[in-house]
Amino acid sequence: MSQAAQRSRYVLKRLLQAIPVVVAIVVVNFFLLQLAEGDAVDVLAGEAGSATPEYMAQLRQKFGLDQPLIVQLGVYMKNMLTFDLGYSFRHDMPVAQLVLDRLMPTLLLMVSTITLAVGFGIVLGLIAASNLNNWKDNVISVFALVSYATPLFWVGLMMIVVFSLKLRWFPTSGMENVAMFYEGWDRIKDIAHHLVMPTLTLSLFYLALYTRLMRASMLEQASMDYVTTARAKGLTERRIVFVHILRNALLPVVTMAGVQVGSLIGGSVIVESVFAWPGLGMLAFEALFSRDLNLLLGIFLLSALLVVAINLVVDLLYSFLDPRIEVG
Amino acid sequence: MAFWRRFCRNRSALIGLVILGFVILIAASAGLLFPEDPFKLVGRAMSPPGENGFLFGSDTLGRDVAAGMAHGARVSLLIGLLATSVAVTLGVLLGALAGYFGGWIDDVLMRLTEMFQTIPSFIFAILIVAIMKPSINSVILAIAVVSWPAVARLVRGEFMSMRNREFVQACHIIGMSDWRIMVREILPNCLSPIIVTGSLMVATAILIESGLAFLGLGDPNIISWGFQIGAGRTVLRSAWWVCTFPGIAIMLTVLAINLVGEGLNDALNPRLRERT
Repeated sequence: MSQAAQRSRYVLKRLLQAIPVVVAIVVVNFFLLQLAEGDAVDVLAGEAGSATPEYMAQLRQKFGLDQPLIVQLGVYMKNMLTFDLGYSFRHDMPVAQLVLDRLMPTLLLMVSTITLAVGFGIVLGLIAASNLNNWKDNVISVFALVSYATPLFWVGLMMIVVFSLKLRWFPTSGMENVAMFYEGWDRIKDIAHHLVMPTLTLSLFYLALYTRLMRASMLEQASMDYVTTARAKGLTERRIVFVHILRNALLPVVTMAGVQVGSLIGGSVIVESVFAWPGLGMLAFEALFSRDLNLLLGIFLLSALLVVAINLVVDLLYSFLDPRIEVG
Repeated sequence: MAFWRRFCRNRSALIGLVILGFVILIAASAGLLFPEDPFKLVGRAMSPPGENGFLFGSDTLGRDVAAGMAHGARVSLLIGLLATSVAVTLGVLLGALAGYFGGWIDDVLMRLTEMFQTIPSFIFAILIVAIMKPSINSVILAIAVVSWPAVARLVRGEFMSMRNREFVQACHIIGMSDWRIMVREILPNCLSPIIVTGSLMVATAILIESGLAFLGLGDPNIISWGFQIGAGRTVLRSAWWVCTFPGIAIMLTVLAINLVGEGLNDALNPRLRERT
């Protein structure tokens, strides 16, 4: 079989494996909704101010809430299949539309964060590992330890105090300066300017993680037999580090980057609510405050799907980086 | 004693132990140092640190930030320990079953674990607390629910590597029950990685708790570091100290626990240390 066909079969296989996970997440979602106090009709009645018990019973019948649980689950699954996530009465909009509107800012923040954290993490880990136990290694290791222990929201607030309020370098909140009506290139520059602090804040923890991982991974690879062989055949140290060790040491970092995507979305809830970045996380924060459970569950579902999708991409990337991994 | 000597050889672990000891001391004596309710308004609002008798200043309502921090230390440590105990118990139980019996039990439990690891954990924790209404119990449960999979995977691996060892086969021959072999024979042999993972999980639990409290999902009747920071963020411009000091407390505590955890790792697995 050709390599292309093998690869597409692998993609298909991984897609099929993702289906039970998605179904399980939908079921968890449904039961969480059941656990909550009151149902959609209670919420509606609360919104309207008052409702007679007869009217509420009528509404329950209309929404199918008087059906047995298993039937309700079936209806719920069918709705999910068509990406009908229900209705947010607070925003007076379908949940699906709300979350999709907020997806892009979150993706932008995540992509810039991962790029920064993985990029600098690899560089710092490399520097630390090749200067083992001298001052460079110590400085980097202490920095990583401290960043690893610092709560994200606190970093964000402190950055606002120093860089926005005192130095006035960056704006405190938002994604763009809407009042200026920037267009084209100016708008991109404006958004990038707003993006700096949220990205730095969110990436700090992951930067620390990848730095430590990269350092450990470099050290582990450096003691392997193939390095001795490379040295014996007279390769320069530079070539051994950059061509031989680096490529192997990257693997655990890439895996970890994939595993961490789920926690990155969680971190973005905090960072977005600190910087009022108009993404999914900020929406979740608003939904919490207005007790909009339907919306919160929609965000949860979409972010879980995002994690499944990104894990798939990372797996494929992995098979490119390391041809030894069987794709068939 | 050999363990203690190995632990002391690691200087950063000792520093961690000293910091952690200090935090525990403050938490234990919070009632003596600050006998008043930390929610009580005790003086002039928005006093900067060092003024009007406030070591770390006061917040918008005139609550003592230092008193809140001392009482908050109790909450952070308590929630960190309890949530970790629940998560470790659950993780050990499921991991042991999966690793010892293998087969379909392993398949089912591992699919479950994988699903829990796919779900974005912090958002899941937010959902659980929001649905169950914020209280100390729901926070502990939420943290435990998102933390057990790591323990389960670890314990499963340990049990799988031990279940065919000679001493286990000997136990089978003398007719020991499965339950007894698991609890009395295999479990004591894999305690050290569980202790290390557990100690590092306490640090993560404290971070999750502070994040939840920051978003307003803490127990409304209990003061905590995350709550203090969340309450102080609206006055960041005029009273930076309300947010700053509790954050330093979180950072130092988490850092100390991480250092102690790594020290435990080195002391309990001396062979791992020699390898690097």
